[in-house]
Amino acid sequence: MSEFARRSDEEPPLEEGSEIASLEREASAESRIEAADRTSLDALARIWDHDLAYSFRRSPVTIVAAIVALLCIGGAVFAPWLAPHNPYDLAALELNDAFKPPAWTAGGTWTYPLGTDDQGRDVFSTILYGARISLAVGVASVVFAMALGVAIGLVSGYIGGRADAFLMRLADIQLSFPAILIALLIDGVARVLLPRDAHNEIALVVLVLAIGISGWVQYARTVRGSTLVERSKEYVQAARVIGRHPLAIMVAHVLPNVTGPVLVIATIHIATAIITEATLSFLGVGVPPTSPSLGTLIRIGNDYLFSGEWWVTVFPGLALILLVLSVNLLGDWLRDALNPKLR
Amino acid sequence: MSAVATPEPHVERTAEAPLLELADVGRDFDVSKPWLNRVLEGAPRLLLRAVDGVSFSVRRGETLALVGESGCGKSTVARLIVGLYAPSRGSIAFEGVDLSTPGSRSAVPQIRRRMQMIFQDPYASLNPRWRVGRIIAEPIRVNRLLADEPSVRARVGELLRQVGLTPDDAEKFPHEFSGGQRQRISIARALSSNPEFLVCDEPTSALDVSVQAQILNLMKDLQQRLGLTYLFISHNLAVVAHISDRVGVMYLGRLVELADAKTLFASPAHPYTRMLLDAVPDLAMSGAARTPVAGEVPNPLDPPKGCAFHPRCPFANARCEAERPTLARAASGTQVACHAIEEGRLPPAHR
Repeated sequence: MSEFARRSDEEPPLEEGSEIASLEREASAESRIEAADRTSLDALARIWDHDLAYSFRRSPVTIVAAIVALLCIGGAVFAPWLAPHNPYDLAALELNDAFKPPAWTAGGTWTYPLGTDDQGRDVFSTILYGARISLAVGVASVVFAMALGVAIGLVSGYIGGRADAFLMRLADIQLSFPAILIALLIDGVARVLLPRDAHNEIALVVLVLAIGISGWVQYARTVRGSTLVERSKEYVQAARVIGRHPLAIMVAHVLPNVTGPVLVIATIHIATAIITEATLSFLGVGVPPTSPSLGTLIRIGNDYLFSGEWWVTVFPGLALILLVLSVNLLGDWLRDALNPKLR
Repeated sequence: MSAVATPEPHVERTAEAPLLELADVGRDFDVSKPWLNRVLEGAPRLLLRAVDGVSFSVRRGETLALVGESGCGKSTVARLIVGLYAPSRGSIAFEGVDLSTPGSRSAVPQIRRRMQMIFQDPYASLNPRWRVGRIIAEPIRVNRLLADEPSVRARVGELLRQVGLTPDDAEKFPHEFSGGQRQRISIARALSSNPEFLVCDEPTSALDVSVQAQILNLMKDLQQRLGLTYLFISHNLAVVAHISDRVGVMYLGRLVELADAKTLFASPAHPYTRMLLDAVPDLAMSGAARTPVAGEVPNPLDPPKGCAFHPRCPFANARCEAERPTLARAASGTQVACHAIEEGRLPPAHR
């Protein structure tokens, strides 16, 4: 622990700060409406950097989480260049090599560092490619849930009255069901409605929609609460006196002032979304086995767990834990660092 | 203007069409519990009469101040006029155009441009995420007053100079300014659409005393240069005495006295006005006996019957408890809503 603290202290603060700043910008880029104000964003980022960089340096857990998360994300993004084999290339698969154990155990070979699965696919490569799909689904469904939730929360909080009551009761009803159940429901309905042969092609889209729709409530509630506060502030009333359209007030005035907590929720939600995707894939309603995600890999390996081929399911599971845990820890840190009451 | 010799100057001046006219304006707020509670607990529907039967007119070029204790409805009147609330009763007319029906304001966008508002809290009235230049230019852009971007920028710089800041300040964020400077920005924004009428809702109450004077002098100066008309909401009698031509005194959502500023401060008519003026600390230390403001403002959800002021009024009688007084012209030319004055049983003010 102290080693980490010392090392990070020795690092030049500028580099540290710019690293955070780039993370910051990456995370917030999608929610920024006014890209034109780039210089103002840079100025804001500089102000934020001080506090964030400081709390980042002070938290060894966060530094480890950031490194692990970067490794996971980097591995997933650069999978085609990093992976020793291409698990999608069916022609390259050797069924003779099925169920090879990890390299360091008896019978293992360094051609397949983490062993192979039932079809002779390299487990390490499938994990890299699987993490790619898991991350893509997680991020896409979070972006979708965020867009939906922020829009509903803004409208609900700003317009109020019956619209607000209706939307929030809808949210209450949805909250009384577990998210996974709603995702299963949407997935099931989509499967019935769509032609059979289209299933595999649009499986990812359906998955993103299902996870996104099951997750909008959190955003809507948070944004509604902040919007209620902002709406009563005089700058919003000033915009109304000027005669701006309610929609313009919501987007230009209220939205930039309510995005802070949304970013924190989104970071934590990415971890949840990855888990939900894994759960759905584990249950067999997620991505097809031909392009497996981490959840699919765990499900496939689960069949062989008790026959001794433990590596097929354990390594994807470990990868999932590392990815989710590190993203979660980063989200927790971001929440605490941005909450002045917890300082 | 030919009738200068008339003994009653008000009559002659009201012949000129007022810029803004409020007739019997009222506004209720629904403060009842949510629908489910009302159904299950049998809770009644509660209406708060924030403003009740307020009538007055504002003449072009003058400053009319509304004063009163917290919660008397003066800010609600301001928000009714600029259209943040719709009136529940009565009519609000700007140059004879009725604004009180919903949707009429969007039908008359020109009126919106000509009427602007300055808010109380300079820390809340500017969007913290916007640069000052964008804040000030917003009314110009919304009303499409200037065609191209360079002229908008030039106009913003001119406005900033007009309120005592520099054109470079347009590039800064609101948090880089002090309260007084922020209020100057707020004034610049209000002026940017070339309005004739400004509603000022306690524009100085959140500022230091020294800064208050600067802002008031700036507002007076701008009024002279641009020929502005002000409706000035305040609870600070010293500020009101400094800036206003006429003063309306409000109590529990009703207008109880409307008079020239000089007349009001020299010889307040209504017992409530007398009480307010008596409560002002006497810097001259004249040792004059001051009557402290007695009692509390009654619950506005359940205002007293008759004259709303009767529980606190030393001159109240049975009629005051039963019958609501109306605003009537008294001998001095002021308008007062008081039975005691009407009946002539009020002793002269001891000022």
